[in-house]
Amino acid sequence: MGKIIRGRVFKYGDDINTDVIFPGKYTYSITDPAEMAKHALEDLDPEFAKKAKPGDVIVAGKNFGMGSSREQAAQCLVALGIGAVIAKSFARIFFRNAINNGLLAIQSEETSRALETGDEIEIDVEKGEIRSAKGTFSFPPLPPSVLEIFEAGGLIPYIREKIGRKG
Amino acid sequence: MGKTIAEKILSEHAGKDVKSGDLIIARVDVAMVQDGTGPLAVEAFNRMKLKALANPERSILFIDHAAPSPRKELSNAHKILREFADKHGAVLSEVGEGICHQRLIEDFVKPGDVVVGADSHTCTSGALGAFATGMGSTDVAIAFGLGKVWMKVPETHRFVLKGKMPSGVFSKDLILYIIGMIGADGATYKAMEFEGEVIENMTMEARFTLTNMAVEAGAKTGLIATDETTRAYLRERNRESDFREIKPDPDAIYEKTYEIDVSGIEPRVSFPHTVDNTKPISEAKGVKIDQVYIGTCTNGRIEDLRIAAEILRGKKVAKGVRLIVIPASRNVYLKALKEGLLEVFVEAGGAVLSPGCGPCVGIHQGVLADGEKVLSTQNRNFKGRMGNPNAYIYLASPATAAATAIKGEIADPREYL
Repeated sequence: MGKIIRGRVFKYGDDINTDVIFPGKYTYSITDPAEMAKHALEDLDPEFAKKAKPGDVIVAGKNFGMGSSREQAAQCLVALGIGAVIAKSFARIFFRNAINNGLLAIQSEETSRALETGDEIEIDVEKGEIRSAKGTFSFPPLPPSVLEIFEAGGLIPYIREKIGRKG
Repeated sequence: MGKTIAEKILSEHAGKDVKSGDLIIARVDVAMVQDGTGPLAVEAFNRMKLKALANPERSILFIDHAAPSPRKELSNAHKILREFADKHGAVLSEVGEGICHQRLIEDFVKPGDVVVGADSHTCTSGALGAFATGMGSTDVAIAFGLGKVWMKVPETHRFVLKGKMPSGVFSKDLILYIIGMIGADGATYKAMEFEGEVIENMTMEARFTLTNMAVEAGAKTGLIATDETTRAYLRERNRESDFREIKPDPDAIYEKTYEIDVSGIEPRVSFPHTVDNTKPISEAKGVKIDQVYIGTCTNGRIEDLRIAAEILRGKKVAKGVRLIVIPASRNVYLKALKEGLLEVFVEAGGAVLSPGCGPCVGIHQGVLADGEKVLSTQNRNFKGRMGNPNAYIYLASPATAAATAIKGEIADPREYL
């Protein structure tokens, strides 16, 4: 596949929860992806959605995505074109939702510590490498089953492919 | 080799012997969505071209997070759920029937079940000896259509609770204490198993408060072995035949074991903006509060309302404080009505609303103004949780909430009991 992601870093802290990623009050009223993108991380950094460009990467501390199961938390980042989230660790429901929606979620303590807002980085998904002026960091490649879902663009296209093949 | 509760239930549902760390495909007994996550699940179900429900009578759509609907957009979301339930023969839980997790434990979940829900607090049902976990809408759509999900069998952290719960201290205080101790990611991906003499002496209602908040420590689920208390709870709901013995093997392997003596625990309060930011009441007393909310899937059960009513009986809510009380389900509401508890709240100056999630999700029924402080019996106090990122949320037990409503500032319930 050889997928390379290029973008700038937006750095945040520990325990970034789904209420600040995509507030519950919007879950009903905002369903259009373009509109969802505008509210990404609204209660944490109101400037984020205006400044982020496709390919940009969120770098955070531990337990990214804790809290609600709302899938919109992953979807709003995908809609904004966010290339990946790199964190020291992830909350489990968010991690599943990220995979299911084709959002790359990389666990790397080292990278999380090293990178700061504004750093330019390049992620080589196949090699499991993050390259930046601050050094090159490796991350364990995704397990094959998860990589398959990611490459299909998420769980929905993945399942459709599977059912299509069968049918 | 011995098994934990999680390993036992998941082995049954994977159709083979599994242990922690294994990736499995598990059969699902109960799958559910609510009105915040349901429309997305319906969309995913349709986009995946799934045709029918694997298990319609145990596929449930709950209208609880914004019920009754405050706006046309939400009314349209509710309509999507009603039409889906109607078309596929799923169970619909309507406006006023109550919060999904409360309804699940009352009428749907059996010991030994695997339950997946598009709501993070699905772990509540774990106190019935069921493996219950929250997932996203797409995952639950698959469970609806295929009757199974993939998951990793979690390692288990065991919490052995010893001693006697002091007067004025409740299971809410205990779980806030535990989360404060291990942190908001202290059990990420793990199952939390609660046991010991404290659990043996604890009512089902109080046990649900513990498992409800397992996710606030990052856990995949919270679990409690079944016993005569579980059986009595099911009997009261006219479903004793659902009872099964579910318990860990004596030689089960735990990743971690915590032994906690509860005798010295004080009432606890979580300060803004994380659940693990918890302090003893002695350090919380005196914080001026604008609104008190008693209810939710954490603490909106009959026992919670009884405790709060006992403190509020014959008293008045302090000037400048709004008290909102919401029974977690219609069943709880009816009981509270018959026992005269609602009368106590109304006479004290409270606003009693119909069953549902209420202000906890920040959509309606008590959104806070900028700079306001609320003390709530809910499970989560993240910034913006209750609809305003410029408000401050404190978490505590129903007893502490009732005492606080009377005093107008965070108060020690032991002074009122």
